[in-house]
Amino acid sequence: MNRQAQAVVMLLFGGAVLKAGVTDIHLRYVKEELRPFLIGAGLLLVVAAAMTLWYDLRAPRPETGDDHDHGHGHDHGHHEPRVGWLLILPVLGLLLVAPPALGSYAAGQAGTVLSADTSASDYPPLPPGDPAPVTLLDYASRAVFDDGKSLAGRNLQLTGFVTPGADGQPMLARMVLSCCAADGRPIKVGLSGDTPISVPADTWVRLVGVYTDRTGTDPINQATVPYLEVRAWEQITAPKQQYE
Amino acid sequence: MTDRHGVGADAIDWAPANPPPPPAPEAGPPRRERRFGSVETLAVLLVLLVVFRNPLADLISGARLQTWTTVFVSVLVQAAPFLVFGVALSAVIAVYVPRSFWARALPRHPALAVPAAGLAGVALPGCECGSVPIAGSLIRRGVTPAAALAFLLSAPAINPIVLTATAVAFPNNPEMVLGRGVASLIVAVVMGWLWLRLGRADWIRLPHRPDLDDQSRARAFWSACRHDIMHAGGFLVLGAAAAATINVVVPEAWLQTLAADPVLSVLALAVLAVLLSICSEADAFVAASLSQFSLTSRLVFLVVGPMVDLKLISLQTGVFGSAFAVRFAPVTFVAAVVAGTGIGWVLL
Repeated sequence: MNRQAQAVVMLLFGGAVLKAGVTDIHLRYVKEELRPFLIGAGLLLVVAAAMTLWYDLRAPRPETGDDHDHGHGHDHGHHEPRVGWLLILPVLGLLLVAPPALGSYAAGQAGTVLSADTSASDYPPLPPGDPAPVTLLDYASRAVFDDGKSLAGRNLQLTGFVTPGADGQPMLARMVLSCCAADGRPIKVGLSGDTPISVPADTWVRLVGVYTDRTGTDPINQATVPYLEVRAWEQITAPKQQYE
Repeated sequence: MTDRHGVGADAIDWAPANPPPPPAPEAGPPRRERRFGSVETLAVLLVLLVVFRNPLADLISGARLQTWTTVFVSVLVQAAPFLVFGVALSAVIAVYVPRSFWARALPRHPALAVPAAGLAGVALPGCECGSVPIAGSLIRRGVTPAAALAFLLSAPAINPIVLTATAVAFPNNPEMVLGRGVASLIVAVVMGWLWLRLGRADWIRLPHRPDLDDQSRARAFWSACRHDIMHAGGFLVLGAAAAATINVVVPEAWLQTLAADPVLSVLALAVLAVLLSICSEADAFVAASLSQFSLTSRLVFLVVGPMVDLKLISLQTGVFGSAFAVRFAPVTFVAAVVAGTGIGWVLL
């Protein structure tokens, strides 16, 4: 791979990272906080590509004897990293394919993320509103570790995607990221009452329901899965930020 | 390769000191008029990719393959800034920081330089992708390899961002933070000393890079950036592909059956840390979620992960050569498991 080809690959990789950082695409893969770093890294890659082209096209390197050989050959040929070709793959992945955020398949692979370690000692009152919007993680923590005390008597609104549980019944799930999708893990809430059975997995829904003390167990990691008594539900388009 | 006070670096096998076997026959007689070079190959490849975009997208529509692609892309998106900034910093070290600086900054005696370099890891806020090229640059600039390796191991594990993330992930177990810092530092220093005793300089094959001695500093800087991005980036792609495969292929249910046994659980999480190749800034959250496992086994997960994983082995092979990686990675793995278990037994 000569320097010009390397410059093109760097330009494409930088452009792909930059595009992911500038648009919302990065939200499918990483936390929002990474955004400025993505933009910075993309810009640096583009500049590095431009400088490589600049030096390569402007002047042959004086110290090499074989001076009209623009890196095709022998002075560096052995060390020009051939493995760099692989950088085409993420370019392809980001610019042409741009795979969706993790969904039902990944949720079925891993146990629900709820663990004693994440429990706070005290739960503040729910946000105002009827129904009150709560995240799945918040609902599950309050339901399991606080016995639903702070949930009682309120209409609650939860948003997530539908995923089949071990018993085939639909559950509500959402992926939780701590850094990137490689560490994405699901938070699952079982559904009782008016459950959205008719929609396929990975459909995004907004549920309104109330706390129920029914719980189940995630067969994958034996963690407790709380249930929600569903009163109403509607199908929605996937939110911009699909992770919790 | 002129005067240098760094110990050992002179003895390093600068790969092409004895010229490599003549380049593959394809290079043939130098024909420098237009031939079908890599720019043309790249152009054809890109055109084909764009033309066959839709069939390609269909090909990966299966749920499992799609998850693989998402994880693969996300590992790279996550690592790209750390890699790029790490490479830029290592190019600064390679081009702008004079050799004499390192001779003054580190204790002259290598046995003392190792713990000093290990502690210096606190100052590099980043994850492991960035530290590999930096360690390569340090060796190139005359830092004794043992000290550079101690830095390589400690920097991703004990920097403030990683320790803070660990504290956030284990709010009820602050001793995990202490355990992680202490165990990681011990492994880094022990590995450095071990390298002083047993390491052979010719295991490390840093590519000869005359371009770094370019009269124009700016040209040398950008040349170093280009080379390291292409090189380390390519190996990062390999590592990301391996990590995504493991992520999709190994169902978590298998792990849970191992959690009950105290010995097996430590080994299982140590191996998992290697296979998953999670960024050191995130691994604490994953460890926290593996709640059926003992705290000690999760500490081992946190100590092994930033030091040995698929992505790192791939990067180290690229930067230091395979002779280095096949020796260094397994020994580090054993040291990390032992230190993690020992500290866990004492502290947790």
